[in-house]
Amino acid sequence: MEHAMKELGPIVVHQAGWLWLIPVFPAIGATINGLFGVRIQRAIGKRAVHLIAIGMMTLSFLVALYSFSRLHGLAPGERHLQDTLWTMVGSGRLSFDLAFALDPLSMMMVLIITFIGTLIHVFSTGYMADEPSYWRFFAYLNLFVFAMLLLVMGDNFAVMFFGWEGVGLASYLLISFWYTDVEKAKAGMKAFVVNRFGDFGFILGLFLLFWSLGGIWEPRNDARSLTYVPEPAAVAPAGAANPYADSAPRFVDVDGHRVRVGPTMSFRELRDQVVIEKTGVAEHLKHQSVWGFALMAVVGILLFVGAMGKSAQLPLYVWLPDAMAGPTPVSALIHAATMVTAGVYMVARLSFLYAMSPTAMGWVAAIGALTALFAATIGFVQYDIKKVLAYSTVSQLGFMFIGVGVGAFWAGSYHLLTHAFFKATLFLASGSVILGCHHEQDMRKMGGLKKYMPVTAATYLVATWAIAGFPWASGFYSKDEILWKAFTARDLAFLGHPAPWLGPAIFLLGIVTAACTSFYMFRSYYMTFTGTYRGGEGHQDEHDEDPHAALAAPHHVTAAHPHDGADHARAKAQELHAHTAGHGAPDVSGHAPAVGAHAATAGAHGAAGHAAASSHGAAATAHGHDGGHHGGVPHESPLSITFVLVVLASGAVLAGLLGVPMLWTHHEPALEHWLAPSLPAEVSFAHYPHATEWLFQGLGVLAASVGWFFARLLFKDGRSHVPRDLKKRLFGFWTVVYNKYYVDEAYHALVVRPSLNFARLFFWFDQHVIDWFVNFVGWVGRLVGTIDGAIDTYLVDGAVNAVAGLFGEAGRAMRRIETGRIHTYLYGAALGSLLVVLFNFLFR
Amino acid sequence: MSNIGLPQFLIVGAFLFAFGILTVLTRRNAVGILMGVELLLNGANVNLVAFDHYVVRGITGQVFSLFVIVLAAAEAAVGLAIVLSIFHTFKTIDVRAADLMRE
Repeated sequence: MEHAMKELGPIVVHQAGWLWLIPVFPAIGATINGLFGVRIQRAIGKRAVHLIAIGMMTLSFLVALYSFSRLHGLAPGERHLQDTLWTMVGSGRLSFDLAFALDPLSMMMVLIITFIGTLIHVFSTGYMADEPSYWRFFAYLNLFVFAMLLLVMGDNFAVMFFGWEGVGLASYLLISFWYTDVEKAKAGMKAFVVNRFGDFGFILGLFLLFWSLGGIWEPRNDARSLTYVPEPAAVAPAGAANPYADSAPRFVDVDGHRVRVGPTMSFRELRDQVVIEKTGVAEHLKHQSVWGFALMAVVGILLFVGAMGKSAQLPLYVWLPDAMAGPTPVSALIHAATMVTAGVYMVARLSFLYAMSPTAMGWVAAIGALTALFAATIGFVQYDIKKVLAYSTVSQLGFMFIGVGVGAFWAGSYHLLTHAFFKATLFLASGSVILGCHHEQDMRKMGGLKKYMPVTAATYLVATWAIAGFPWASGFYSKDEILWKAFTARDLAFLGHPAPWLGPAIFLLGIVTAACTSFYMFRSYYMTFTGTYRGGEGHQDEHDEDPHAALAAPHHVTAAHPHDGADHARAKAQELHAHTAGHGAPDVSGHAPAVGAHAATAGAHGAAGHAAASSHGAAATAHGHDGGHHGGVPHESPLSITFVLVVLASGAVLAGLLGVPMLWTHHEPALEHWLAPSLPAEVSFAHYPHATEWLFQGLGVLAASVGWFFARLLFKDGRSHVPRDLKKRLFGFWTVVYNKYYVDEAYHALVVRPSLNFARLFFWFDQHVIDWFVNFVGWVGRLVGTIDGAIDTYLVDGAVNAVAGLFGEAGRAMRRIETGRIHTYLYGAALGSLLVVLFNFLFR
Repeated sequence: MSNIGLPQFLIVGAFLFAFGILTVLTRRNAVGILMGVELLLNGANVNLVAFDHYVVRGITGQVFSLFVIVLAAAEAAVGLAIVLSIFHTFKTIDVRAADLMRE
């Protein structure tokens, strides 16, 4: 049941002094916009704010690209760039640096984060243009990117954990970005609190790992230079003296390299000592147990608890759907493309640890599979377009965990990459839809948008194609690889018992989920983009001459029509449209209406222009009618948005090139080859003939087709009555699913309310017992004070006054002697002389 | 009483000193007190000269007594000046009147 490690040497480290630049640029951007953004925005304008933010992101991306070229230039086994800045903590055996490392895995993450991050910053300039605290948004976004880069570039657990918490903070800030809305503030709080549960597990796992590597806290002795020569027989048989018990760092010679063994925070040192068999550390870890459980299983599961929180897996997924309260670019960047994949990244990063415990891997894969199916079913019935995508994200994260859980670490990471593209596209397209429909998120009030927003619809369709898992889009390759590896995985264990059935079971869940994914994604596509527009009633008929004819024409146009913005909730959105049309439209003709719109929107409210810009415009229709209604027809989003959509959608397709399966080309997929040095764990899979593999790819396509077929049948053009009938017939079941299986309510009853009651109990305890005690202590203090005061008044002051009085009385008595008469003094002198003489006689 | 020696001189000196003390302590007249002081000094002078003659056998004591005489003259001058000043102030030279230092 034990996975054999490849016989690998220590990682060859190449110093790269520029790595710190990658995270520092967004940090600078966050600092500038965070501290001076409000002044910059007032003095120069929003343009300056987003230029700073995007500029910093671009610089970061360029440095990342440069690092990629350097990394690519190295031999595959030596791809490890390291930049150690300084030692942050050195205390006993615990020592870690502020250090960054780039290996193929973190390089992939850094490129995703900086590239998609930059694009989403660009998108945000369009999406958030009507936001008063524009600067705050960009400061938070940059802060997020900074923390995320720390997370993936950290060379050790400490830097990674700093980033881990940093992205949690940024996520909290951005979810509750519109904090005046209590619901949104609550959603941010929920995300933060739920993540605390996960982080607690993560920390525990970390401590346990550190401890198990020999981190027994004993005083240092001076055996630093001791060379530890491992003897397989001597390594930790039960009862024997633990060779790791003493606290000095030890080194093992492996083919002329010194490999440090013992507790460490550094991923590289950890990987070296675990992966290299000669050190004996792997053997040592495998045989340790804690409270009767295999130690590596406990460590793996506890670390995965952290991933459950951050990556929204059962049972800690509840925060992610609520996180959709944040602005849509945030949902795309943080809650789809990057932050939520941190857990997957962490498991892949620690692949060599997970590979040692089939139980931990089975656990990860099983949780992933259950989450994938569970979230997908909720996605069936949601009407909020962002909620559908949120549950889809939870579900896709489940797929990634299936990948890393069954040992296909590269496939999980690959799905992370492809998901980053297609889900970012989906979220941004939904953002474009929401903007186009004037901040409407309910799909029941959309429909027919393909006509109004062709670019958005096309990109959404492409991304749906990818996520559903149809061939030639990226989702197909990653998902099929994961499912195939799940089916062939034989080494999983379920809570310590070997479970060869677990892999096929997970495959079954996965293939059902894939069909579900295809169904709910196409459902959302058909509901949103086909049929007739269901929003803004009482408004359509005013457009008799149909400005949309021009919009729907092959050459897209810029149309402007003023409408009454005064009672439009987001009247300032117009500023955005005018702005983008003014600077973004590449064609001259597009400018004519844009200028008009610009002039009209100068006042932001009142009669204003409403401009829809699309990427190509051969004809422009300026179309105006009197105000008196609000809303307005949906319109295509400005260029800053459509441009990003097109780039990301093409990424969603092209990312497939990185993972074309070996079955097709007889070559290792490019990404697998690239990631191989970072994923040293070797997990064995069952072998099947090629025909079987073809069959399973066919099954994947079949599942996607089934989902698509039913979605088309039920939701295309909104014509079918079957969904409504089904809803009526299965209303009880529908209600349960629509309300997300009442998980939130269950948590509220099981966790929140008991903890509130617990808190109330403690409040009572505090009020009555602690306060009583405190008051008693206070009373005792006062008593002592009173006594002390009395002592002071009567004893000390009395003594002082008595001394003073004595001297006063003595002085008054002496005054009598002082007559001023010369005779008195003379008598005194004579008497004194006589006395001296007398004494002289008496005591000589 | 065949010879006059040191004890006789000392007795004279002691008498002079005792009279001087008595004069200083009992006189109310400031000038009288000054005269008593002269007696005191001369009593001491007798002792100085006598001890010098009989014991030391030199001239140190005699020179010393000369100094004392000069000093006494100076003291008398200063003292008389003070007495004059007292008289100016109190219109009397009765020392009982000069008790301004009491308070």
